Amino acid sequence: MSILVVAEHDQNSVKVPTRVAIAAAKLLGDDIHLLVAGQGCQGAADAAASIEGVQKVLLAESEAYSHNLAEELASLVVSLAGGYSHILTATTTSGKNYMPRVAALLDVSQISDIISVESDDTFKRPIYAGNAIATVQSSDSVKVLTVRGTAFDPVAEQGGSAVIESVEAPAVMGVSEWLREDVVELERPELTAASIIVSGGRGMQNGDNFQMLESVADKLGAAIGASRAAVDAGFVPNDMQVGQTGKIVAPDLYIAVGISGAIQHLAGMKDSKVIVAINKDEDAPIFQVADYGLVADLFKAVPELDSQL
Amino acid sequence: MKILVTAKRVVDYNVNIRVLADQSGVDLNNVKMSVNPFDEIAIEEAVRLKEAGKAEEVIVVSVGQTQCQEQLRTALALGADRGILVETEEDMQPLAIAKVLKAVVDKEQPGLIITGKQAIDGDNSQTGQMLAALAGLAQATFASEVEIGDGSATVTREIDGGLETITVKLPAIVTTDLRLNEPRYASLPNIMKAKKKPIDVVTPADLGVDVAPRVKTLKVEPPAERAAGIKVESVEALVDKLRNEAKVIS
Repeated sequence: MSILVVAEHDQNSVKVPTRVAIAAAKLLGDDIHLLVAGQGCQGAADAAASIEGVQKVLLAESEAYSHNLAEELASLVVSLAGGYSHILTATTTSGKNYMPRVAALLDVSQISDIISVESDDTFKRPIYAGNAIATVQSSDSVKVLTVRGTAFDPVAEQGGSAVIESVEAPAVMGVSEWLREDVVELERPELTAASIIVSGGRGMQNGDNFQMLESVADKLGAAIGASRAAVDAGFVPNDMQVGQTGKIVAPDLYIAVGISGAIQHLAGMKDSKVIVAINKDEDAPIFQVADYGLVADLFKAVPELDSQL
Repeated sequence: MKILVTAKRVVDYNVNIRVLADQSGVDLNNVKMSVNPFDEIAIEEAVRLKEAGKAEEVIVVSVGQTQCQEQLRTALALGADRGILVETEEDMQPLAIAKVLKAVVDKEQPGLIITGKQAIDGDNSQTGQMLAALAGLAQATFASEVEIGDGSATVTREIDGGLETITVKLPAIVTTDLRLNEPRYASLPNIMKAKKKPIDVVTPADLGVDVAPRVKTLKVEPPAERAAGIKVESVEALVDKLRNEAKVIS
């Protein structure tokens, strides 16, 4: 049986989390098909065809898919589902949006956010904000999975030479309509793709103080994150949130500044390779997961760090 | 318009959960249980829509054991008008819950359904989307703003990298993100009043729904412990460690 992976792309290239999902798919079988749905996305389909391990690219061109509306994407995936043993995508806000719809329409369960493939029907996934890891086995005929973006090493962008096949778009449901997007143009790497992240918490005291972190991040080529406490206090927008209900990250270096380390925050970053904590409270739980802890006033330590980089 | 909301009974978010020694699950004995925080936001949003004259009735549903009545009472104290408990001892998984909710939707015909974007126990983030699929309705997940118009709703959604705004035809399913609202606390008079509000108890069989689990949990383990590292004395020492020991900066 073949395996279908649904790609996330920006019309010209395929996003990293999709290559992570392909890495998980490779543990399940060799005949991997990648679905690229959108409008004007031949570039992404070409990029998809050269990804390591991809045997066939299915290209669905339609205006209905240009904004990833869940209803339309789900009916497309369902229309293609016959003949696949597994259907996977990355656990992104888009994947989380349409994939359960796919599963329900196929009358099968979804296994969300897998972090390991134990066999073709058994997977590990975090529950309770990562405070427990469940090993689960699906008895459904088709396994619908979303894959945690930090759990597998992405397959290479090059090395494949897949054929590209156009597929028919099913009838449009037309129950929802995309109006606009308010996406912050990042000058820095995206949180989920960054190899270094500098994150601020409630200890930053206000949004203006995040400028201190920006200066450090610029020198390190890092992304900037935040704890939920900092987001709830209105210091920074929610798309910067790292944690159970925000983004799950695992960079090479995570610098937590003024973050106490609530379990919901740790759930989003504790798989980072090296964790640094800067906090004036020496009993802060963040120090229990930090490789290097510095008990200091961040308003002194961060400028000093900035000057030494 | 009627609004249907959900109230899942989950371990309170302040509780540090403990994995059982026999790896069968998480210890739920004598643990504080609460309404899933994202469902609380859903209840609050529905009550605010009612207060704004956009809805006539707020119905809250919980699916699970008889103790879920506590969570329904909480929702009623927050302003919901009546509750429905779909009582079962079965391990209820998202697809089964969605099927149960679909049956309730068919019966009640709400104009809007609001659920939490995920429950903080299973972290699945599936039920709302599955319900939308089964009911053939539009969905607006991870909502941070909801505006009810004439036969449609305009919803701002939290997506990777920012926000997006969509309109959905009603009836539709909205799932709540954290910033949609800040739930109120139930006042004592409202808690007293809630005791008199009706709760209907039905079973999945009454609704004609097969809720047999499709996914078997083989074991539950604690996550790999991360060993605590060392404390450094100064920024200088920190930079030195990062450069020369961890080699993560140049």
